[in-house]
Amino acid sequence: MKKIISLLMVTILLIACISGCASENNNSQVPGESNSKQGTQQEQENGSEPTVLKMWIFNDVNLGYWDEMEKGYNKKNPDNPIDLQVETYPFEEMHNKLQIAIQSGAGAPDIADVEISKFPNFLRGDIPFADLTSIVEPVEDVFVKSRFHIYSKDGKVYGLPLHVGATVMFYNKDILAEAGVSSDDINTWHDFVEAGKKVKEKTGKPMFTIEVTDVFTFFPMIIQQGSDFFDKDGNVIVNNESNVKTLEFIYNMVHVDKIAIPTPGGNHHSEEFYSFFNQGGSAALMMPLWYMLRFVNYMPQIEGKIEIKPVPRWTEDGDRSAGMGGTGTVALKSSPVLDTAMSFLEYSKLSVEAQEAVWTILGFDPPRLDVWDSEVTRQENQFTEYFKQDIFAVLREVKDEIDSPNVVEGYAEMCDLVRQELMFSVISEQTKTPKEALDELASAINKYKQ
Amino acid sequence: MRKSVQLFSSKKVAPYVFTAPFVITFIVFFLYPTISTIIMSFQRIVPGEAKFVGFENYRILFDKTFYKAVSNTVVFTFWSVFILVTLPILLSVLVNYSITKFKNPLKMFIFLPAVVSTVVGGVIFRQIFGELDTSFMNSILSKFSIPPQQWTMKSSTGMLLMVLLAVWRWTGVNMLYFMAGLQNIPNELYESADIDGANWPHKFLHITLPSLQPVIVFVVLISVSAGLKMFEESYVFWQGSSPMNIGLTILGYIYREGISFGNLGLGSAAGLILLMMILIVSVIQLKYFGLLGKEEQ
Repeated sequence: MKKIISLLMVTILLIACISGCASENNNSQVPGESNSKQGTQQEQENGSEPTVLKMWIFNDVNLGYWDEMEKGYNKKNPDNPIDLQVETYPFEEMHNKLQIAIQSGAGAPDIADVEISKFPNFLRGDIPFADLTSIVEPVEDVFVKSRFHIYSKDGKVYGLPLHVGATVMFYNKDILAEAGVSSDDINTWHDFVEAGKKVKEKTGKPMFTIEVTDVFTFFPMIIQQGSDFFDKDGNVIVNNESNVKTLEFIYNMVHVDKIAIPTPGGNHHSEEFYSFFNQGGSAALMMPLWYMLRFVNYMPQIEGKIEIKPVPRWTEDGDRSAGMGGTGTVALKSSPVLDTAMSFLEYSKLSVEAQEAVWTILGFDPPRLDVWDSEVTRQENQFTEYFKQDIFAVLREVKDEIDSPNVVEGYAEMCDLVRQELMFSVISEQTKTPKEALDELASAINKYKQ
Repeated sequence: MRKSVQLFSSKKVAPYVFTAPFVITFIVFFLYPTISTIIMSFQRIVPGEAKFVGFENYRILFDKTFYKAVSNTVVFTFWSVFILVTLPILLSVLVNYSITKFKNPLKMFIFLPAVVSTVVGGVIFRQIFGELDTSFMNSILSKFSIPPQQWTMKSSTGMLLMVLLAVWRWTGVNMLYFMAGLQNIPNELYESADIDGANWPHKFLHITLPSLQPVIVFVVLISVSAGLKMFEESYVFWQGSSPMNIGLTILGYIYREGISFGNLGLGSAAGLILLMMILIVSVIQLKYFGLLGKEEQ
């Protein structure tokens, strides 16, 4: 009896195995045939079968944008339609999946969004992304050029920017008025500190908050002055004289002039800070323009009281902004439909329609400059309603003053160390002088890069 | 066909067939990854190429950041094991005590966190321990005239938060083990102790604790290995980057280097060190508790 049962089991297993293999074979052959048949039928009837483009993104806020882009592209190219299949994964997971798909050579999408700090990870060794220089070149002049440089290596562009990320200053008008200060009079950082002293004296509130667990205070300040973490060739310059002076300046704002405090919660994305600033805790906040969304979502109490202005200059003719953060859209060169993917990217990331949608749908500052004068920037949306001012007027003012960092190997590690150690040890704990901390940072990164 | 059936049911082949699932999963999911981790730890890996660099990864690995990760992990393991053994024993004895009231609500109250994910619990902890004066914990402290704390910014309070979260989450589970152990202690022992005139601390020290020894060994074993592999408790508070690395654990270090920065070689090297640590600690424990070589006896 036992033998019969075991014999039965083995037979069933074998059959299952064989039929499994067989059906796989069937699958791989038959649908291919039927597809092409359908294709030819449809071609005869109404143009061609849509090309399927697979895309991975890490922020579902962008889904509406891509939906719109697919429709727009298909309207323009009725003979060559696409079927864009967008999949959203959590931030870390998407980048990990992409890395693994590339390493293993299977399962990668045709298009993907890659966040700026992850970008250099992919630009090592055999670069898996398609060279997009050919579609960028014709329009390069009407864009903020530095936004292509952050996704480039050796003169070739591999990613297309989502936004400019122009750093601006958000002033709380009520607090400034209480202290008798006008934001129009703040032209340089020196003026800013003087205004801060008045604010502190009259209201008792700090003028400014310093991020001690993120990069958005120190980083834009050094970019503004033409300095950076790395130079163009990827050498570490984080401890150069200009950066040491900048960090000393920040230190003095907190501990000498006492017009600034370490950000409650450590950085400007913490719940503590939202609540602090919402209740009028400090007078000014320096963040990239994409931070507007946080105002709308988390700080309803100060609606209409916030004024957006360019960042103070360091010198009389210095820059008043810096391009921070970013997401680069890439095409993978392993894609079997690379030509279609590139042509879709050209439309969805570089055309005027697409760049207008960056503002109307996403509320970001589009990197294409001629859109800044367009009619759509004057239309009402949740941001114009909240801030009650012409936001693009600020952008137009600083349009030639937006530099972006050099994104090279070691960039992610550098940002991480600035986030965890540099600002915290110098500003919060005061255990190291700016010079000491920056020298230490430089040698830590150099150790990596060897 | 008949021959093959005989082969399968023969005493020689059958054991291999039955152990095959384990052996195969062991080889595919443990042995192969381990060997390839060893190889990768000597390589510098970028997409499309892997270059042997000798001990370069280990040279980079042994710096103050990694030592910090190791020391955080060890301190966390010590405190979490210490509290997660003593507290559940006391609670289970309390719940087992005949005159305790509201036993079932008490059990449920203690066990409930075990079914909540650490991440969800962590988010709530994060809110309770916010650094503004108005946050829950700080507002309680202010009632006792203690100044508000920046909980997630200091090394001592950061460790406190992680241990607290682990204790909150695992006390119920460990209590379950001890309660099961308590059921196995014969009542006669306590009765005869009563006759001898023993009071309850005596009974606890000389009957309850010795009888629970196998359970304690088991709980210590799993708690130590869980402590060394701790990741979530730190991640929910700092999302992988804590000021001065006060929340960095070994697993957090591996994740950051290997996954976030894409330095798979360095991550592999750190992973191997963690494997060594767990191996050494486990062998010492097994040896010390006399579990090694028991089968031969």
